[in-house]
Amino acid sequence: MSPWVLRGLRDGVVTTRWPARPDPYAEGWRGPAVVLDARSDRVANLVSLCPTGSISQGSDGEVTLDQGCCILCGRCVQERPDVFGWSRGAAAAALSRTGLVVPEIGETDQGLAAVRAALAARTAALRRSVHLRHVDAGSDGAEEQEIAALLNPVYDIHRLGIFFTASPRHADVLLVTGAGAHGMAEPLRRTYAGMPDPKIVIAIGTDAVSGGLLGGNAEDTAADGTPRQPVSGDGAPAGGTSASAGIPGGSYATSGGVGAVVPVDVWIPGSPPPPFAILHGLLAGLGRLPGRQESEGARR
Amino acid sequence: MTAAGSPADSVTAEWNMIAREVAAGRRFAGLMGTQQGDAVLLSAHLTGPGEVTTHDVVLPADASSYPALTPVLGAAFWYEREIHDLFGIVPEGHPRLEPLILPLAGEHAPHPRPGAPGLAPAAIWPDEHSVPRHVLGPGLFTIPHGPVRSGVMESIEYLVETPGEDIPHLNMRLFYKHRGIEKRLEQLTVGDGVLLAERTEGVASVAHALAYAHAVEQIGGTSEVPWRAGLVRVLHAELERLAAHVDAATRLADAAGLAVATARFGLHKERVARLVGRMCGSRFGRGVVVPGGVSGMPMVSGSDFLAEISRMERAVTADARVLMGTASFLDRLRGTGPLRPERAREHGALGPIGKASGFSDDARGTRPYDAYPGLGLGDPPEHRAGDALARLRVRWDEVRQSFHLLRQAADELSGAGEGPLRLPGEVSSGRAAGWAEAPQGEVLYDLRIEDGRITRCRPRSASFHNLVLFHEVFAGDILTDFPFIEASFGLSVAGVAL
Repeated sequence: MSPWVLRGLRDGVVTTRWPARPDPYAEGWRGPAVVLDARSDRVANLVSLCPTGSISQGSDGEVTLDQGCCILCGRCVQERPDVFGWSRGAAAAALSRTGLVVPEIGETDQGLAAVRAALAARTAALRRSVHLRHVDAGSDGAEEQEIAALLNPVYDIHRLGIFFTASPRHADVLLVTGAGAHGMAEPLRRTYAGMPDPKIVIAIGTDAVSGGLLGGNAEDTAADGTPRQPVSGDGAPAGGTSASAGIPGGSYATSGGVGAVVPVDVWIPGSPPPPFAILHGLLAGLGRLPGRQESEGARR
Repeated sequence: MTAAGSPADSVTAEWNMIAREVAAGRRFAGLMGTQQGDAVLLSAHLTGPGEVTTHDVVLPADASSYPALTPVLGAAFWYEREIHDLFGIVPEGHPRLEPLILPLAGEHAPHPRPGAPGLAPAAIWPDEHSVPRHVLGPGLFTIPHGPVRSGVMESIEYLVETPGEDIPHLNMRLFYKHRGIEKRLEQLTVGDGVLLAERTEGVASVAHALAYAHAVEQIGGTSEVPWRAGLVRVLHAELERLAAHVDAATRLADAAGLAVATARFGLHKERVARLVGRMCGSRFGRGVVVPGGVSGMPMVSGSDFLAEISRMERAVTADARVLMGTASFLDRLRGTGPLRPERAREHGALGPIGKASGFSDDARGTRPYDAYPGLGLGDPPEHRAGDALARLRVRWDEVRQSFHLLRQAADELSGAGEGPLRLPGEVSSGRAAGWAEAPQGEVLYDLRIEDGRITRCRPRSASFHNLVLFHEVFAGDILTDFPFIEASFGLSVAGVAL
């Protein structure tokens, strides 16, 4: 008998039962930064704490943080633990780009419900058997490892009826990683165009959501969704888009995320997001997290 | 002023000197360009025991060409193509000057010109049409693999030219995921630079952070961080090596259709990632290495760490033993993708690719850093077959070595007492080279800073140096051997396309 049979039985069942049952690793995960105290009395410039320009301060000093730009460097948490903290849990994904800005603004709840309903209607046919196609649009290589981990026995994405496919023609979901490298814009567009409807697009990783440290833009058009505040050399927000700021402000070779190239339905920040966060975003996009708000967890 | 008379002669003289040094036993570690006003500075790096030397040559202002290095030193082949892409200057006599990472059309294309802050345009789009299409002979097919690959992989295009099954020739197109890293590093503060270094080649985040930090520390006049910091750095560097080698085994097992082996090594990799995440909050070890030391101690107790490492070592070793005894698997690797020892030596092949062909220059031994001088590395792996099987054997040897280093470092750390984890003071201006041995081989950073900001930073990953050898290893192999050869190389495209 092949020794592999015994090796395979060695550790018993290591597969998570998530989402059917809670998983402590998923729940304990340290996700993108959050704002603990938005009403900062101090006049201090908190914006310059963030190397990617995630932090914004209104004229009244009220602080918001765009998790879509958060690369989890921890500077803000370390410098101002009274204002910033880490989110907990794997529920980092949002169904709209503005949904990644914390603290959440109340009036977007209705908009969010509408987005969720529209997405659910589109993906009604995809519940039980879904095929994924991944495209790397300029990643650093780490996101691919976390996506591939979904196939390892711990996450075992096949148990959920989700499979990877090599052909866009067979794919329902497009997973995109990377900051939107200009050289991949056309291959990415062609892959998207080659997928039949219904299809959804998931941006995986802070680079894909906003360009992360690379930023950049696609010539004169701003990135899809909320334009990111580019940072100048000293960390203060630079005026205008990175087109006017040149370098610093973003790379000449990237488009501030993939939203400028394909219409994104699910945005998953992280550097890189762990497999549970990717799985959460995927299931949220497919409407397979019943009764769970996609805004719980990482937004707290 | 074009290259004629004295300026060209001085460049040629410098190149001949470098070729002589390499023939005498030094290793060529890279060539880069830096825009300095109207002129371009070319810098070559050579390594020897205990040191990396930099050899600068300034080209005349507005020079449009210079005598190529490649004719006297073949290992410069891709480096000069990259310089041509970034600066637009032509290496005269280069055997095949085609775009590598940034194809641009026409004489007036805007080149990024790293080294000149503020000169880069906002957006540069690659022009695919300026990449030549080769005319093949009758009966030859070109099968394009990529840039969108058939699995969850990084974007790269391999043009496999074949009459049917075997692969007489292979072309690589890397420019698809060029991100402009070198230019983006400029203007970042010294402290922020490590964040981008970590995200240059994600599967070697720790090694890149180390090479960058070492360069900063050299500028600051020291090569030694506090002992505890050096130990924490070794822990994360070796865990990264473990993850990468287990990942290579996973890919090879997957290519061979060994489902249980693939699952087992996938499980081991997940365990390594979770351990690293528990130690520092990032499954890739990001945020630990900072210039001058480390940001904090691991958030796992010494005893928990040692227990987990022991469990992992037993499990990985047992599965590796069974894998290396699976005849059908070994058959796919034996004789596949051979790199001749002479080529490995000539090119200065880095990491496991070099070691499997009998050429070893592990920076942890020959140019040690952090806590490595105080830890026992053991004998370097000895293999010469140069095929995919040898590369896997080297990786298992390194895995064994890594577990040994992890145990030593963890033991030392438990008994190392208290003290700062970072050198005091800020480093503001200067230039230095820093290096670290990534799982793929040596990573080398040439860093120039001024008033606390980066003015030029060139990350030279092992992947960039080694990937060019992929052209040469398809001796008699067929299409179905391709995934084995690719997995046995274990390189990252992000580190090549930058």
